Amino acid sequence: MVSGFGFQGSRPGCLEPETQNLKPAMLQTTKLQYSYNSGSALTFPDIRCETGEHWLLLGQSGCGKTTLLHLLGGLLTAKDGSVMVGDTAINTLKTSQLDKFRGKKIGIIFQTPHFVRSLRVGENLELAQRLAGLPVDKNHIEKLLKRLGIGHKINAKTDALSQGERQRAAIARALVNKPEIILADEPTSALDDKNTDEVIRLLEETASEVNATLLVVTHDGRLKERFAKKILL
Amino acid sequence: MLKLSWKNLINKPLNMALSLILFALGVGLVSLLVNLNHQVEENFDKNLAGVDLVLGAKGSPLQMILCAMYHVDNPTGNIPIEKARAFLNPKHPLIKQAVPLSLGDSYRGYRIVGTTYDILQFYNATIAEGKLWANPMEVTVGAAVADAQHLHIGDKFKSSHGLVEGIEEHEHDFTVVGILKPSGSVIDQLVLTPSESIWESHAHASDSSAVRQLAVGSQDTTTAEVHEHEHEHTKVAPTTYDSLTISQLAQQQRLELMEKTDKDITAILIRFRSRTNIQALNMARNINENTELMAASPPNEIARLQTNLGLGADTLKMLAWVIVIVSGLSIFISLFSSLRDRRYELALMRVMGGSRGTLFQLVILEGLLLAVMGYVLGIVLSHFSLGILAGFMKSTYRYSFSGWKFLPEEGWLFVGALAVGFVAALIPALQARRTDISETLAQG
Repeated sequence: MVSGFGFQGSRPGCLEPETQNLKPAMLQTTKLQYSYNSGSALTFPDIRCETGEHWLLLGQSGCGKTTLLHLLGGLLTAKDGSVMVGDTAINTLKTSQLDKFRGKKIGIIFQTPHFVRSLRVGENLELAQRLAGLPVDKNHIEKLLKRLGIGHKINAKTDALSQGERQRAAIARALVNKPEIILADEPTSALDDKNTDEVIRLLEETASEVNATLLVVTHDGRLKERFAKKILL
Repeated sequence: MLKLSWKNLINKPLNMALSLILFALGVGLVSLLVNLNHQVEENFDKNLAGVDLVLGAKGSPLQMILCAMYHVDNPTGNIPIEKARAFLNPKHPLIKQAVPLSLGDSYRGYRIVGTTYDILQFYNATIAEGKLWANPMEVTVGAAVADAQHLHIGDKFKSSHGLVEGIEEHEHDFTVVGILKPSGSVIDQLVLTPSESIWESHAHASDSSAVRQLAVGSQDTTTAEVHEHEHEHTKVAPTTYDSLTISQLAQQQRLELMEKTDKDITAILIRFRSRTNIQALNMARNINENTELMAASPPNEIARLQTNLGLGADTLKMLAWVIVIVSGLSIFISLFSSLRDRRYELALMRVMGGSRGTLFQLVILEGLLLAVMGYVLGIVLSHFSLGILAGFMKSTYRYSFSGWKFLPEEGWLFVGALAVGFVAALIPALQARRTDISETLAQG
């Protein structure tokens, strides 16, 4: 291990000894480096998350949390190092392969939930299935929205949803293809305490239901106590 | 995908409507002009009927041709048969066939033409019911006239002077003796009668009492002789309509007409025996230089007319294309500005598994969809107005226009419309394809 990744020691749960590494982890990064157009470079600590684990990635604003999440989700290309999802090194995939892979295997939730505005809530989820190359399953969509408590909003315009409802709909979209990994970027920053509790609870529950690895990136102190496994950035 | 494109479009109904209306207007105009031009030319060409030369009184050659062949203008004047009889002679070395025309009257806007059976052969007309005109005041009407005026065999009507209905009705009654089959040419719009009918209704206009007595077959001794004279000349319409019989009868009629040297006719339509004969080619110039008659070649005059009309049509067509291009620009602008609003959506689609190609496709589809809808709307618009125009043209110029004829040019117009839609969408689509997802999403 290079000394540059100075946090390893304080996070034993994240980095396990190589000898225990019998099968590849669900999400694993090695020597991940990213350099901005401005020239400044970031080096990220190695991450290793097993199937079904829930992790919190804590860090102050501007320390590269979103960049890391985009690297993990294949939205950005790393300068160096690798990102393994299952046994796929996603930084070696071609752009279109990566798009398909991401659509099927990775669900991403963003700080501010956005939707395709011309489509209704249910249709947005259908689009997610279609774009991932999966068959449209209206039954599943209905159940999922009901599970998240917004079943009655299936035919609503996305603009007509409240903040809490929008974030739930975003979770539904991230989950609709039963991804193996769910990445959430500051999912609670725009929500009040009550909605934050609710959204995080739903996020954890639904992630567990599909046995997905959940990684929440945040600077929101409210979430600290809720996750046992933490990475500090 | 198509559905998403469609939803994206109707999500901004005003933008879409603007692009759509502009596009439809452009396409509609182009289509309208192409159709109009085509149908006018078609009508002109169909009614050329192989006429090589038109003879008439001196005046405007174009007016004479519009009058004698298309029946849309007034005659340039009359010509005495004495001066024109040589051209009616069946034995003329250069002339294969000639149609004498006596014009001047009409029935409810349909022209009454005093002529011989030659006209039937010029326009390939055949009888549908009843018989051909043989005696003065007998008429055989074209299919369109019979249809529009609900004329049947045995019906009687009065003519009026000129081409406009309702002016100076003549007192004489015409009797319908036959109806022609539709031929698609100008003969459908004509009322055919012997030249004598025209002379009679005009000559006796100053002496109407005599005419009335003649018409009712008065026993009055002063007109008995006239009546007798009429009677011995009563002719029988042919019962067979093969071209030999008709042309023999037509020649007979022309020979008789040649004898009426004290009468006038309006014009003569001429077909040459040979179009390559030098003498025939020089005939028009000889007539114009050496006689009181005027000769004009319909193909030449019509070609000149079409060049003039065509120039205007070409300019308009160019203008219409400019509108199409401007509408393409409007599609471009509306797609481009909507993309700016939708950058996040596009990035999101990539996150959900859509590829760069997917986004490119989406935007191109939006452009094409607009183009197709604009095209359909434009074509409907143009043919709808053509339909209205057709009714108007029929009643004014008695031309058979149709609103529902589609031309191959409109297929090309479709290709052009798609091309405009594609080009307009190309830059926005490339932009969409290049969307930097990470940056866009980070900006939130």
